[in-house]
Amino acid sequence: MADWTQVSYRYDGSFAGFLTCVYESYAHREAPACFLGSQDERLSLWPERTVATHPARARQVYRSLAAKLGRTGRQLVVYGFLTCLPERELHLWALLRLGYQEGPTAMERLTDSRVWTVRKAVGQLQGEAHLFKGFVRFSDYEGLLIGEISPKNRVLPLLRPHFCARYAGAPLVLHDRTHHEALFTRSGGKWAILPVEDFQTGPPGAEELAFRQMWRRFYDTVAIESRYNPRCRMTHMPKRFWGDMTEFQTEESAPSLPSAEGNKGTRLS
Amino acid sequence: MEVLDKLTILADGAKYDAACTSSGLDRRARAGGLGSTLPAGCCHSFSADGRCVTLLKVLMSNCCAYDCQYCVNRRSNDLPRATFTPRELCELTIGFYRRNYIEGLFLSSAVIKDPDYTTERMVETLSLLRRHYGFAGYIHAKAIPGADPLLTHRLGLLADRLSVNIELPSQKSLSLLAPDKDKEAILSPMAQIRDGIQTARQERARSRHAPSFAPAGQSTQMIVGATPESDRHILTLTQRLYEKYRLKRVFYSAYIPVSDSKLLPAPQTFRPPLLREHRLYQADWLLRFYHFRADELLDEDRPNFDPLVDPKCAWALRHLDFFPVDAQTADYEQLLRVPGIGVTSARRILTARRWGALTFEALKTLGVVLKRAQYFLTCGGKPLEGLRVSPDGVLRHLVAQERPMLARHEPEQLSLFEDQHGKEVSPYGRLDPGLLSV
Repeated sequence: MADWTQVSYRYDGSFAGFLTCVYESYAHREAPACFLGSQDERLSLWPERTVATHPARARQVYRSLAAKLGRTGRQLVVYGFLTCLPERELHLWALLRLGYQEGPTAMERLTDSRVWTVRKAVGQLQGEAHLFKGFVRFSDYEGLLIGEISPKNRVLPLLRPHFCARYAGAPLVLHDRTHHEALFTRSGGKWAILPVEDFQTGPPGAEELAFRQMWRRFYDTVAIESRYNPRCRMTHMPKRFWGDMTEFQTEESAPSLPSAEGNKGTRLS
Repeated sequence: MEVLDKLTILADGAKYDAACTSSGLDRRARAGGLGSTLPAGCCHSFSADGRCVTLLKVLMSNCCAYDCQYCVNRRSNDLPRATFTPRELCELTIGFYRRNYIEGLFLSSAVIKDPDYTTERMVETLSLLRRHYGFAGYIHAKAIPGADPLLTHRLGLLADRLSVNIELPSQKSLSLLAPDKDKEAILSPMAQIRDGIQTARQERARSRHAPSFAPAGQSTQMIVGATPESDRHILTLTQRLYEKYRLKRVFYSAYIPVSDSKLLPAPQTFRPPLLREHRLYQADWLLRFYHFRADELLDEDRPNFDPLVDPKCAWALRHLDFFPVDAQTADYEQLLRVPGIGVTSARRILTARRWGALTFEALKTLGVVLKRAQYFLTCGGKPLEGLRVSPDGVLRHLVAQERPMLARHEPEQLSLFEDQHGKEVSPYGRLDPGLLSV
C-alpha cells in the first residue's frame, strides 16, 4: 500500500458513488487522500479523480462486503456512511482496507483505532435513532401524519422500519431538516426517502390543536413537584430535541407544519 | 366534565406510580391496525422531575372505596373526582399514540365500588381498545387485589404487562396504613399471574394461535420511606419476589407526603428519600444483571446503604482481597464485580483482549470508564501508572467522585467526610439524616 498513489476523489455523495470510489481505488491502486462532494469547492493538493457512480461496480463492491468483512463489517460500512463522522469516507475506506486484508474477524479488534472510530460513530447514530423513535412528534393533517426533526446523523433509514411497523404503513411524512430529505410512506408498505427543497405547512385543524393541548396538560401534570430535577431531564433528553416537541411548544411558537402540496417534485412513486 | 379536566385529575392521581416502561416485547402492527412494541422499550419524553414518560399513565377513575393512608386518592381526601368512560379513554390513547406522544397505555384505577366491578370496567376499556380500535401498542394494566381470578385472567389476555402493587414492604406496615389490603390478597393474584404467564408460554410453544397472557411479564412497586423497614429488608424482599414470583421488575417509589395522617411522617419537615430510592435501584440492577445476592450487599450489621458511595463500590471496599482484578485474565463474572465496569464494558473487554494485550490506554479507547475502575484493576499484572493510594485513600477518592452526582447538597454536607477540625468521620458510622433525603 506504500506504493499506492495518493489521490483525491470527487464523487456525487451517494453510497453507490462511494462504493464505486472503492472499486476505482483498487482498480488503479490508488489510496484516497480525501473525498470531495460534487458541489464541494475545496481544492486538494493531490491529483483529483472524478468518479462517476457506476451501479454495477458499486454492487460488486457491496457484495464483497459480507464475504470479506462479515455481516457486522457490512453493517458498519452501511451505517457508517450515514453518520456525521468528519471525513467518514476516509475512515470507512481504512476499515474496508483492513477487512479486505484481514477478513471478518478484524471487525472485533475493538482497540484498533480504524475499527473503533467507525464503531463509535455508528453507536452514536444508533443511539440518536433510538431517541428519535420516541421524540419525534407527528401532527395529524386529515389522516396524513407529518413530523419534522433536526438530527445530527442521517437517521431516516434507521427510523423507517420502526415507523412502518408502528403505523402499519399508514401515510406519513418525516422531514429531516439537517440533511434536507424526507421519509414518505403510504399504505401498502411503499416508502421512499427523497431530497426535499422546501418544506411548508398549513395551519393545524381543531382536533389537532385539542390533542396538542391535552398532551401538554398531561406532560405538565405527571411531573411530581417535590422531585423536580431539571438536570436529570436534560441528561436523558438533551435540549437540542426540545424545539420540535409538542410539550415544549405553545401554539404561537409552534412552527407551522408542512402541507403535502409544499413538496414539489417529491411525490410518492 | 371536559375530557381535558378528567385527564388532568386522573393523570394527577396516577403520577405516583413509578412503573412506566414499555419493554420486553416485540410486535408489529397488523395491516389496518395501529401500534407496535419494541423489545428495548421506548421513552417518549422526560418530565420535569427527570422521569421517563412512555405510557399514557392514567387512572380509570379516582373515586376510591378504600382509605389507604399513604395514597392521594383515599376516600377521606378532599379532592375533585372523575371517571373516564371507556370510549373517552380509547380516543385519547389512539389520538396520543398516532402523534407518537406515547408508546401505549398504563391503566390503573381506584377501587370503584369493589375490586370486581373495577376490573370489569378495565376489561371493558381494554377490549374496546384492542378489538374495536385494533390497537397493538403496549398496555400495562394494574391488577386489582381482591378481584375474581377469572376477571384478572381476562385482564391479562388483553394487557402486555400486569402489575400488583405490594405498596408497603411488610405486613405490619400494610395493616397499619392500608387496613383494606392485606399481604395475602396482594400475593395471591401475583402467584396467579405468574402461573398464567407460564401456562400461556407453554401453550404458545405448541401453537402460535394460543392466546398470550401478559407476555411482557409482571412487575410490582413499593413505597420507600413511609415506614421504618431497612434497606436490607426491602432488598431481601425484592430478591424473593424475583425468584418466587418471576417478576420482571420491582419499582421503588420514594414516599411523597400526601397526607396529614399521624401514622406517617409529617409532611411539613419530610423530604422524599430520593437518594435512598436511587441506591435501591442501583442494588436492584446488581441483583438482576450483575449476579449479586442481597446478603452480599447488606447484612445485619449494615442494614442500610451508604449514601456516600454506590452499593457496588461499598461491596468492593469491604472485599479488597478480591481485588485487583486483571483485565487481561479475569472472567466475565469477575469483571462485573469491578466498580465502574458494567455489562457493556465487560463484554467489550472480553472481545478486545482476544486480539492482543490490553493496556489502560486501550481500555480508555474501548470506552471503559476508569474513574472508579482504576483502583480495582490491573492490566497484565500492572496497575495504572502513577496510581498510588492506600485503601483509605481509595474510599476518599470514590466519595469525592460521587459528590458532584449527589447534586443539591448543602455546603456543610459536602464537608461531612472531614469535619472542620480535620477529624475523619467514618462513612459507615452514623449518618446525617439530612443526607438521606437528598
